[in-house]
Amino acid sequence: MDWRDTGILLSSRRHGETSMIIEVFTPERGRYAGVVRGGASRKIAPILQTGAQLDLAWRARLEDHIGSFTVELQRSRAAVAMGQRLALAGMNAVLALLAFALPEREAHEALYQKSQNLLDLLDQPDLWPLAYLQWETALLDDLGYGLDLKQCAVTGSTEDLIYISPKSARAVSSKGAGDWANRLLPLPPALQGAATDDTDIVEALRVTEYFLVNKLAKDQIGKPLPQARARFIDALQRRATSASAE
Amino acid sequence: MRDTNDIEALIAMMARLPGLGPRSARRAVLHMIRKRALLLSPLAELMTRVARDARECLNCGNIGTQDICEICEDARRATGLLCVVEDVADLWAMERAGVFKGRYHVLGGTLSALDQVGPEELRIPKLQARVESEEITEVILALNATIDGQTTAHYIADQLEGRVTLTSLAQGVPIGGELDYLDEGTISAALNARKAI
Repeated sequence: MDWRDTGILLSSRRHGETSMIIEVFTPERGRYAGVVRGGASRKIAPILQTGAQLDLAWRARLEDHIGSFTVELQRSRAAVAMGQRLALAGMNAVLALLAFALPEREAHEALYQKSQNLLDLLDQPDLWPLAYLQWETALLDDLGYGLDLKQCAVTGSTEDLIYISPKSARAVSSKGAGDWANRLLPLPPALQGAATDDTDIVEALRVTEYFLVNKLAKDQIGKPLPQARARFIDALQRRATSASAE
Repeated sequence: MRDTNDIEALIAMMARLPGLGPRSARRAVLHMIRKRALLLSPLAELMTRVARDARECLNCGNIGTQDICEICEDARRATGLLCVVEDVADLWAMERAGVFKGRYHVLGGTLSALDQVGPEELRIPKLQARVESEEITEVILALNATIDGQTTAHYIADQLEGRVTLTSLAQGVPIGGELDYLDEGTISAALNARKAI
């Protein structure tokens, strides 16, 4: 069995003295793991920095074996990310969520494309947070927990949508909410695509967090969300606070 | 027969050391047995002593034979200057260079989402306490130029911001390095950190 593809490096960990086990996200095969022989060497270790875009050749005797990768660097994102606190935290959040949420060996082509585009925006700190929010809603959508914010789940109205149902993830208007308003989540403008600042984006990320934690992490995977996401939101919150102080 | 088993057990134990395999362990053991007085006996004595005395410094996390290591005890070292490293091996590397005259703090790893390593698993709370109690003026973050290393550096910087001067090691062309063989990330970092000559 063998294949060749491009992919984003999600994680790498030492395997014995000289090898590494890596996990990559590929467009046609989804999340895939394999051994890189000699991956801990001085020559290859710098290539295996998470977030790197790699040219991958995978080979195994049987398809369900872990197999081994030969890798070649297409482009590194480490230098851009390491120099900026927010970019690094954001990249870690993206990679940790992908490694956490995606089932192994299942293609998610649209999400792959969005992830690649998002990671390529790392050097644009002003665009990055909103792009990250859109990516997170796309992640929820791809995994079957998409938010439906087009019209009110109760009245069908497209006006005055200010709540979101924690159960169905559908928008609710103030009229449709009625007495149930206190049981609904607020629908931040950032989720509706309105031009926003960091504070609004953090507010919107609290809403997506509800679905990531309760629907994805708790109900489906049974593990807590990776801490990398919380660290990214902290960093974004800090930037928002310092911007408002100035 | 029992002696042979002990030798085999020694070979098997040596083969578990980094850099050694069964063949090289067998060669090493055979060499030590042949040079019993010169190598084997002193080595056995030293290993017994190290096994008894080696411990982590309660202050910085370095490995020594006392509760507080020699570096922390050394009055000639600059007070107020603290170099944060990931591992004891990094501390030893800095000491080999012989250019840093302050004190160290060993974290014992880096933050890692994959391995569920958070700040509490590292010696970050102890670092914060030392910054206060030892009147530190500058913290040098000498962490590896890897994603995990720099994630940890930024996390520590967030925790200590405003309390102390924070610096990190430069990234760029190594001594003796040729540009043609450098990866694009290193070249980019080196160019960003260029200085006037």
